[in-house]
Order: sequence, then C-alpha cells, then structure tokens
Amino acid sequence: MDLDRHTLLQLYRTMKTIRDFEERGIPETGQRGMSASVHSSAGQEAVPTGVCANLTDDDYIGSTHRGHGHCIAKGVDPKGMMAELFGRATGPNKGKGGSMHIADMSKGMLGTNGIVAGSVPLAVGAALTSKLRHGNRRVAVAFFGDGGANQGVLHECMNLASVWKLPVVFCCENNGYAESTPVEYALSTSRVSDRAAGYDMPGIHVDGMDVFAVYDAAREAVARARNGDGPSLLECRTYRYYGHTVFDNPLSYRTAEEEAHWRGRDPLKLFRETVIPQGEITPDQLDAIDAEVAALMEEAVAFADASPLPQPQELYDDVYVDYPVEMMRRGANMPV
Amino acid sequence: MTTTTATRELQVREAINEAIRQEMERDETVIIMGEEIAGGAGREHLGIVDAWGGPFRTTVGLIQQFGNQRVLDTPLSEAAFVGTAIGAASTGMRAIAELMFVDFIGVCMDQMLNNAAKMRYMFGGQVKVPFVMLTRIGAGFGSAAQHSESYYSIFSHIPGLKGVVPSDPYTAKGLLISAIRDDDPVVFFEHKGLYTNRGPVPEEPYTYPIGKARTVRQGSDVTLVGLSKMTWIANNAAEELAKDGINAEVVDLLSISPIDYDHVLESVRKTHRVVVVDEDTPVCSMASEICARVAEEGFDYLDAPPSRVTAPHTPVPYSRALENIYLPNETRVINTVKNLFR
Ligand SMILES: Cc1ncc(C[n+]2csc(CCOP(=O)(O)OP(=O)(O)O)c2C)c(N)n1
Ligand SMILES: [Mg+2]
Repeated sequence: MDLDRHTLLQLYRTMKTIRDFEERGIPETGQRGMSASVHSSAGQEAVPTGVCANLTDDDYIGSTHRGHGHCIAKGVDPKGMMAELFGRATGPNKGKGGSMHIADMSKGMLGTNGIVAGSVPLAVGAALTSKLRHGNRRVAVAFFGDGGANQGVLHECMNLASVWKLPVVFCCENNGYAESTPVEYALSTSRVSDRAAGYDMPGIHVDGMDVFAVYDAAREAVARARNGDGPSLLECRTYRYYGHTVFDNPLSYRTAEEEAHWRGRDPLKLFRETVIPQGEITPDQLDAIDAEVAALMEEAVAFADASPLPQPQELYDDVYVDYPVEMMRRGANMPV
Repeated sequence: MTTTTATRELQVREAINEAIRQEMERDETVIIMGEEIAGGAGREHLGIVDAWGGPFRTTVGLIQQFGNQRVLDTPLSEAAFVGTAIGAASTGMRAIAELMFVDFIGVCMDQMLNNAAKMRYMFGGQVKVPFVMLTRIGAGFGSAAQHSESYYSIFSHIPGLKGVVPSDPYTAKGLLISAIRDDDPVVFFEHKGLYTNRGPVPEEPYTYPIGKARTVRQGSDVTLVGLSKMTWIANNAAEELAKDGINAEVVDLLSISPIDYDHVLESVRKTHRVVVVDEDTPVCSMASEICARVAEEGFDYLDAPPSRVTAPHTPVPYSRALENIYLPNETRVINTVKNLFR
C-alpha cells in the first residue's frame, strides 16, 4: 500500500458514503413503506470500496441483493439511488427496480440482483464482450456472498471463465451468514477461496474489514484479468452489522460478543487508525468528508422526496424494446 | 368462506405448520428441507435452535420435535436440495422441499420439469414421487420483480405435476395433508398476503381433495372464479356488486392441476357469465385456460364472453405507484362484471 493522498481520501469518502447511505437511506425508505426488499451493507464497506477503486467506468460489476455499496463504489449517484428506493421516476431504474435491482449501465453497473448469484453470469458475459471487443481492457467483477458461493451457477461460471480465460474477478463477500445460516454449517470448505484450485485460478483470502488489504488483492486480480491471464477468486472476510433485512433480529442466531468483536474492527475506524498516524492525512480532513457526506444524504432524501412518481402508463414501458402495449393489457381488464 | 364446522381458529401460517407436524408424526418417512426452515443451523452447542422457524414462520418448532435429520436446513443451493428431495422421494421418503419464493424456480426448474414431472412416465411406471414443493407467491409488498410473481400457471402447464392454491387456513391444512400423502409431486403455493388470515380449522388431521374447487358464495348472475388471495378479492367485489343488484357466485378454484372444470361449468350453467380473477400474468394462464374450457364446454350456457381480471403481461414493478395498478383489485373486478351486463 503506497497510495497518494487523493486516493486515500477517496477511499474514505466512498466508505463513508456507503455507511451513511445505509444508516440514513434505509430508515427513510422504511418510513415511506418500502422496506420489504432492502438489505444493509453497513460493516462491509471496505470490500466494494477496495475492489472498485481499481476499476474505471469502462469496467463492469455484477452485484447482489446487498448491493448499495457496490453501486456507490462504482460511481452510481446516491441521489438517484435514494429516489429509486423511494420508488420515484428519477431513480436510475425509473422506480421499476428498487434496492434489489439498481442498475446504471453508464457506470458499468450491471445491477444489484434479487436472485442469489444471479448477476455472476452477467459479469462473465461482460468479460466475454471485453475479450472479444476490447482486448480484455475492461474487467468484470462478480460480487456474491458466502451463500451465493453455494449456487451451482457460480461454479459453472468459474469453470467457463477459466477455460475461456475471461477477464473476471469473482469476489466473495463472506460475511459469515446467509440469512441466519452460518458459513460453518453451509460451506464444505473453511475458505471459499480454496475452491479456486478446482478451477485452476488463483484463490486469495483477505481481511474484508481492511480496505487496504482488499485494495491490494483486487489490484493484482484486476491486473491479471486485464493482462489476459484470466479469472481470479478473491474472498473478503467481512461482517454485516444489521440483520439480513430490517425485519430480522440477528441475535436470534449470533451473539452480541461476536457483533462487538466485528464492530471493533469497523472499516472506517481501521482506516483512521491506519492512516492518521502516518501523518499525511489529518482527522480534520476526514471530519470534513463526514460533514460533506452527511449533507449529500440530506440532499439525496430531499431530491427523492421532491421527485415525481412514475406515471401509470409507465407500467408498460421497457418490458420489451418493441412490443405493442395493447398486447400487454389485452384480456387483463387493466385500469390503464 | 368456511366449509367446516370446526370452532378453533388458526392463521394460515399455523395451519400449514400443523399439517406438516401432524404428517411428520403420522409417517416417519416424511422429511422437510429448505433454506432457513429452522435457522441458525448447526449452532445447537450455543443454545441456538430454530432461530427463524422459516422465513415466514411456517416451520417453527419442527426441528425441536423431529430433529435435524428430518428437518433439514440447506445450503443456498436450490437445484441441489430440490433435486435431492425428489431423489429421496423416489426411493422411499416422503420429501417436502421449500422454495422460499416461486421467483427462484429458475435455478431449480430442471429438477421439477425433467425429473419430478417425468420420471414415473419415462420409467414406465416403476417409480412414485411423493414430493411436495412448498413455495410462495404474491405481489403487493414493494418487493419488485424477482420476489413478487405468482407463477403457478407455469406448473399447471407441466404434465406430471399437481398444484394447489389454498385461500384460507382450512384449505391450507387440508390441501397440504393431501399433498404430503399424495404419491405424485405436488406444488403447494402459499400467498404472502394470506399468512395472517384467520379461520376455523379442525384439530385432527384431515384431507381436502386435490382437484376439487368449492363455492364460497352462492349467486345467480355471474360466476367469479378466484385463486388463492384473489378469491378474497372476488368475494369483496361480490359484496359490492350485491349492493347494485348483481348476485355473484364465488368459486374458489383451490387446485391448478388437476383443474375442477366441472365445478366451474356447473356454476356457469346457473349464472351464464364467468370472470376469472387471477394474480398471475394473462397469457397462457389459469385464467385463459378456464375461459377457454368454459367457452368449449359451456358455450350454450353463456350470455356474455368469458372474461378475466389478471395482472398485465409485464413483470412486477417496484414503485407502489405502479404495483397498485398492476395488481387485480375489487374495482377492476366490479367494472369487468358490470361490462358483462351492458
Ligand atoms: C436463488 C435464491 N435463493 C434464495 C434467495 C433468498 N435469499 C436472499 S439473500 C439470501 C442469503 C444470501 O446470503 P449471502 O450470499 O451470504 O449474502 P448476504 O445476504 O450475506 O450478503 C437468501 C437465502 C434468493 N434471493 N435467491
Ligand atoms: Mg453472507
């Protein structure tokens, strides 16, 4: 890790933006009656931040149901995201998708996804496009959880990407649980990264609370992909601070001591503890970022609230590129 | 809507739980598996058992009673565990697998389509597949396109599978016990919006026959056919219509395979009109199937075209502003019925 000041501040800003989006945006969304499908990634900020800091807008990511952090780290506008969560027409998905489907193709963001491991093949497909059309210069990162690690499609994709030498990074965010199911029950190996051996790719395991460890490991995997040397599997061990959704009490399956242990290794706190003693960055600079991010969230909520709802007719928009609306309504006795 | 004289009331969620429990007590070959059906799996040593009891608490308490060899939390691998349940069912177990939401069928459909549905036929009748898939349907919760669909029609289309869509606690328990005892694969669709629906349920085990509809409201002017939660929408609409002098009969379809065409036809013979209220999308749906059958076999009874109130041919939108339009409701049913009298 020898990062310039600008990059360091950027890493912090991204993590803080993710944290505040979760802490502020999720309750605000709940107050507007839309909390059923929202998953907080608070605690996991270092993973998307460290990975995506190695990417540009031309690169791609596929995300998960717990995907606000991936969106923010890939450059999706938090104001638009907030509007999407509120079901407003100004969201990137025009209010059609919500938290579990946020996509922004202009940022190479191939969507958060409500099907576990559902976006993994999309990232592999983007990597194929990169290989065929862009000489591997664009890299695709497929994010998935420890639960997603047990989906068949992931394994088929790792094999395919390996035999076709595609520029993909498979990034497992291992937060210890799939809903309430602990990894020690559901995973056959103690490390997901061990599975890389079966697909003849490097398997790397890092501390997912340490943004620098994630950044360094991802830099190597991304470079390998860009170089045409094929995929890698990067496992980041992390923790989600809250329940699976807002309806879940995590203390029904994990202990308060465990939570305290991980909160003690908070990625933002670790960042401060690492960087400030080095003298390049002052607490004031980080506090200033905190204030800017808080203001941004204020702005995002106000923007979302002031945004229009989708018009009734928009129900029929974008089901297809080309299809008669009449054929979508016919026989259904729709009001519009 | 009741068709029982029982006085004890349960919620749908409790009725489902009781059906599974009673069948597991009766028959030690019955097993159940799925994601989070107990929850906190493998943490008995920390005093954690049954952390969730199912995502909607329909399987609560089962692991304490039957242990973790018959109540199996699974890794997040639907193709594996659905297929495993089918394999177990074809070799001596009665296996229940829970698919958390029907939208996830994509990752395990092959097991349903090419194994569960076809094995007996392809193997020349050598095998029985007493397998039940429990799964969830229903929009209206702001859960967007991958957690809200009501894809039961797809299963009705597949020869070899049976399917049921209970609408209240009484039919939920009776149909689930039938499904578990059935020697064919049955898909049992739970509507997310009905779990807290309360009604009378006999305490002892009983079956409600798969393939039998029921009339939940008598009427003379139009037959409303409902499925799952839509039966309640149809019933509410019937109450409103009565105020305008239109007497609607409400038929609760309850099974999507086999379909009780005769019950519907019998009703239409009396009312001369039919409107199917179906939360699934309209093309090649239960609604279109029933309308087609009524047109074919009940043509002479009809005074108006068989009609449907369904979701549109679109995915489920996230924004409430759109989801409210997407969902069939009482107003749409009332307007559609009134049109038949113009
Ligand atoms: C195919 C599929 N199966 C089940 C679910 C329900 N579900 C949503 S998230 C989740 C747990 C995911 O765990 P993990 O991959 O570890 O991600 P995390 O929630 O921990 O971020 C489950 C079971 C789903 N959305 N898709
Ligand atoms: Mg997880």
